[in-house]
Amino acid sequence: MPEINMETVTRPYLYINDQKVLLGEVSPTTTLLRFLRDYLGLTGTKEGCAEGDCGACTVIAYEPQSDSNEQASYRALNSCLLLTPTLHGRRIYTVEGLVTRQRGGLGCGLGQESDAEAHPVQTALVERLGSQCGYCTPGVIMSMAEACYRTDISEPWQVDDQLCGNLCRCTGYRPIQEATEAVVGLRPSGPLLDRLERAESPDDLQGRQATMTHHQQQQRFYRPTDLSTLWSMWAEDPRAELVAGGTDLGLRITKAFEVITSLISIDQVRELREVKMTDDGYWSIGAAVPLSDVERLAKDQAPALERMLRFFGARQIKNRGTLGGNLCTASPIGDTPPVLLALGARLRLASASGERLIAIDDFFIGYRQTALQPGELLIAIEVPPPSEVGETHQRAFKVSKRQELDISSISACMSLTLMEREVNGQQERYVREVRLAYGGMAATPLRAHQAEQALLNQAWTVETIEQAIKALDQDFTPITDHRASAWYRQQVAQNLLRGFWLEVSQGAPERLPYRPSSTLILSDTQDQGARS
Amino acid sequence: MNHQSPLTPPSTPSMEVSPLHRNALHESGILHAKGEARYVDDLPLPPHTLWAWPVLSTKAYAKLESIDLGQALELEGVAAVLTAGDVPGINDASAFAHDEPLLAHDYVRYVGHPVACVYADSLKACRAAAALVKVEYSAAADRPILSIRESIERDAYHGTPHLMKRGDVKRAIAESDLELSGEFDSGAQDHFYLETHAALCVPLERGRYQIYSSTQHPSEVQAKVAEVLDLRRSSICVEAPRMGGGFGGKETQGAHIAMLSALGSYVTGRPVKLWLNRDQDMMMTGKRHPFYSRYRAGFSAEGDLLGLQVEVYANGGWAEDLSSAILDRCLFHLDNPYYIPTLRFEGKIAKTNLPSNTAFRGFGGPQGALIIEEVMNRAAERLKIEPAALKRRNFYGEAPRNLTPYWQPVLADRSARIFDELTASAHYQKRRSEIDQWNQQHPWVKRGIAYQAVKFGISFTASHLNQAGALVMIYADGSVQLNHGGTEMGQGLHTKMLTICAHELGVSLDHIRMMNTATDKVPNTSATAASSGADLNGQAVAVACRTLIARLRPVAAKVFGFADVEAEAAQVHFEGGRVSHPKRAKTLSFDEVAQAAYMSQISLSANGFYRTPDITYYRDEGRGKPFHYFAYGGAVIEVELNGLTGEHRLTQVDILHDVGRSLVPSIDRGQVEGGFIQGLGWLTREELRFSDDGRLLTHSPDTYKIPSLGDAPKRFKVALLSDADQPEVIHGSKAVGEPPFLLALGVLGALRHAVGSYHEEGVVESLPIPCTPEAILSSIAVAQGELSAAEALLRAKG
Repeated sequence: MPEINMETVTRPYLYINDQKVLLGEVSPTTTLLRFLRDYLGLTGTKEGCAEGDCGACTVIAYEPQSDSNEQASYRALNSCLLLTPTLHGRRIYTVEGLVTRQRGGLGCGLGQESDAEAHPVQTALVERLGSQCGYCTPGVIMSMAEACYRTDISEPWQVDDQLCGNLCRCTGYRPIQEATEAVVGLRPSGPLLDRLERAESPDDLQGRQATMTHHQQQQRFYRPTDLSTLWSMWAEDPRAELVAGGTDLGLRITKAFEVITSLISIDQVRELREVKMTDDGYWSIGAAVPLSDVERLAKDQAPALERMLRFFGARQIKNRGTLGGNLCTASPIGDTPPVLLALGARLRLASASGERLIAIDDFFIGYRQTALQPGELLIAIEVPPPSEVGETHQRAFKVSKRQELDISSISACMSLTLMEREVNGQQERYVREVRLAYGGMAATPLRAHQAEQALLNQAWTVETIEQAIKALDQDFTPITDHRASAWYRQQVAQNLLRGFWLEVSQGAPERLPYRPSSTLILSDTQDQGARS
Repeated sequence: MNHQSPLTPPSTPSMEVSPLHRNALHESGILHAKGEARYVDDLPLPPHTLWAWPVLSTKAYAKLESIDLGQALELEGVAAVLTAGDVPGINDASAFAHDEPLLAHDYVRYVGHPVACVYADSLKACRAAAALVKVEYSAAADRPILSIRESIERDAYHGTPHLMKRGDVKRAIAESDLELSGEFDSGAQDHFYLETHAALCVPLERGRYQIYSSTQHPSEVQAKVAEVLDLRRSSICVEAPRMGGGFGGKETQGAHIAMLSALGSYVTGRPVKLWLNRDQDMMMTGKRHPFYSRYRAGFSAEGDLLGLQVEVYANGGWAEDLSSAILDRCLFHLDNPYYIPTLRFEGKIAKTNLPSNTAFRGFGGPQGALIIEEVMNRAAERLKIEPAALKRRNFYGEAPRNLTPYWQPVLADRSARIFDELTASAHYQKRRSEIDQWNQQHPWVKRGIAYQAVKFGISFTASHLNQAGALVMIYADGSVQLNHGGTEMGQGLHTKMLTICAHELGVSLDHIRMMNTATDKVPNTSATAASSGADLNGQAVAVACRTLIARLRPVAAKVFGFADVEAEAAQVHFEGGRVSHPKRAKTLSFDEVAQAAYMSQISLSANGFYRTPDITYYRDEGRGKPFHYFAYGGAVIEVELNGLTGEHRLTQVDILHDVGRSLVPSIDRGQVEGGFIQGLGWLTREELRFSDDGRLLTHSPDTYKIPSLGDAPKRFKVALLSDADQPEVIHGSKAVGEPPFLLALGVLGALRHAVGSYHEEGVVESLPIPCTPEAILSSIAVAQGELSAAEALLRAKG
């Protein structure tokens, strides 16, 4: 059995509001929210749902420059789903940490109004009466804080995206939106800005990149930061479960109160954070790259993926969730699988004994089951370059009860390559290649092979589309649950194909406009394009 | 991205001017934003505090055979596991109906009913022990009742029916040009306050208990805790720090939580904290009442409503709670702003094996108004009259066209004024015809627009509840503590009370410290509910302040050196922290006058008390004057929907709302906007689904979707009606908490307009609530003749 690196840290720590805090004997599955409230007495951060659906627990984390992050930034995260030891060596700021403080301490003393000077995001919200009951407010403030230091917000939809993970039951959101618009990219001078503008300190870098274990009582926790260490740790504890962003796994702790005995945190494994072009021209995304980075990068590399990620989930979830995680949980209603199926992606799998590539079509083998073998790990998702011949259209759709921060009733992605040919002396466009993939229609994300067959090599006409729509009935037998009925799923599956036809034939833009009334971009929709 | 300044820059009140009728910040805003505002769950715990964890029934209706606590009690860290038999006093959590066992005995009547409560050192120990409590059930004689229709079949009701009638309605309808009849369902809504229920009970000496409770009704929590512990109310002090949202959900049901924590304290002698997690909160507590109704209406060809017959059934859940008053308010709002010459309204409360539905912003009013809006919308479609015009012609008018169904005349009706001002400023008519044209040219995306009027009665309909108290204390250094009976749940009540207090005492806002609401400061208070918080408590605060000012006048006159103190006292003026007299150049500070009063042995604390005059209602006769006055509002709402997916979005909303002469306009605007969006959620997004055996399936925000930021309309214009002083209400203001919620009913009108464009006659047979994308797609299928209305309804019910 390979030796574990001798320099492994066994007394994990993190920085809360720039003060070093040791984890001590805290259980490795303690969420950051519980750690803040129960161990540190920092009660500004609230629990509203313990499942990442309300945002009351939002904090920000310092995120250094990396392959996927052009410059150092702060990222809003749901502390209710974050396992504290995964944050070893990292810097977290809570609502109490935004103020400029006269005295020391992590937060204000109980029962006294602090004399601390408010941060501009705090003032901006208060001045617009963006808080009523105040319970969602700390989370709203921290999402605004991310926006305040971001330099990449240039379109109005990004403000919605930044704040849609923060539910407010009182205000109706108008003042929250206006307050956020007022602070986007403000970057006021102060310690938080200083940290972004200077290089990461060697101590911080070392802490963040250190291999760490945190075993307490019956629970074992490993955090490797490179693949070879990961293999040896996994060999030592083969039954350990892997956790990347933890936005799914966290629910087993906070909702099912499960005691998970052994975990390997892979979110800091360098090889899984790489973004690059492969030698054969595929765009390769490391399995642990956060979805918010994937979204930004996909704007150029895979617009259909960007379109799906817009309403994938809250910013906090996208800042933490990973593409690898979304594939490996193999949920039938995951949003990225249909996109990657339609794009014809391939997956790079690795184990201690080597690597292999498989087509994503071969990955989902049953309800929440994948082709991963024991001891095997998804390390990268590789998206092929667009077809060099013909005219390619790739579009993703997601229909849910609520557009923002909701799970799909049905999702789909369609990829089409059209070419010209001559038939009886007439030029016609025909379907050279097509991939139609759906989520929410079966036990796994699935291609609509019958409908594809109805399209392939046929003239690109409305009659052909109607044939394909008929064929969809043979592809799927959806179920009724509390998100949608089988009737609705079947209707919408057909209509999305109809909508795809309309989008392509109307030459609709690929990107969603600001606050679209539908996942379909039809040319008769109000407010085409971004509102400035 | 524009870095614009706030649309409503709240002026910082200068020292010299009263803050009344001016924009102000929320008094706790900066604490919220810095994370310094404390809620019950944030309070530091005394040593040896136990956590409580209720063990919930897993059956909707079953006989409790046995509860085996043996293994649970042996677990390390467990201090007690209590069941109904351990209650020293009365095992009843109901507000007044005596039908609500705190801990189930004999029978469980809904999934989520506490059958036992575990008290242990940690939540972890609580959960482990709860898992070891073995509950055995046997089948009850009957199946559980899980819907209103089943309760009608089985004749299972709470309370007594409520009947209102006038004239020969059958004849009026029979002789009308258009007769309409139908059935209508509105759905439940979870409050989804961001702060779940919580209570901390600390036992004190001599059998006293201090309870910190997230409640809208501290006095009722006090009374219920006293009952369950068999103590007098003087032994119990309930303190309510701010709530993280209430919306009615903490009007009665906070008592259950406080009672369970107090029971644990009583038995163990230790402090006990009970905080519900989101899933527990949603499973255990009641929601907005769904209503089922049958109606029959008659209209003239010109569009005048001639008669309306409605039977309504509220889904009360397993216990009565406030259902009776909620049913009453539904009936009181079946008219909305429309005159109904002949009528018969009858209401009943269905008894079902579901969580006990409770108060929720609007309190039955929205459900009532929804029914007549459906009737009006359908009539407009059949008569081919533009809906807003049809509604406008049915507004209340001069006597005898001003009589409500309960015989209270509508005086000073503002509906027509608001309609005319708003439809003009929002260009309603022009937009409506543009949309009609647009819809003809666009097969896949449709738009709709509607006008929505609201009239909402203000007062508790149980007349005795219309009372309030305040306690204002001036200390010898001139600093002021303000106590009143109302609770702060975010609505800005404390901000308004501070404003009134500052105005009356002539001091600045920062001179006054608002205290937590507590039963040892102001006794026997009513719930902060029925939009009445500012009306009632504001008067009480003003009375207390005026008493104090009356005492301070002669003191100041004496300090000013007048010989005839009594004669000159009347002219002493208090403003901006200064005390002046027209005959004196020099002014005094408020603090100096307070100090002088203390030295002259003058009392510096005063109570204020207020009761609303001249209101009464005779329920048996269906007649009376239940309301002190009415609040009004109007909205023009535009939507866009996609006919392929059923998705839709609000594109523009214009609101003109009547808050009288606003006490604090910036606070009122927040209530209008927030209320509207909450109504939008109820009607379009929020869907509570139960399994066939009565288990709530949607018990967290994963599956229960309240509106998020992007659901707010891009163009959202809110104006408060100008020149709108309301006589006999504190400083000319009006209540604002609930009425704006009803403005969202217009979303349905706008959706009808859009869906109707799929039907050749513009008729919408079916528009199930909530209007989720699926509901809309099914409505379109009905409009296009692809689905029957009955099938669509069935689908909507899952």
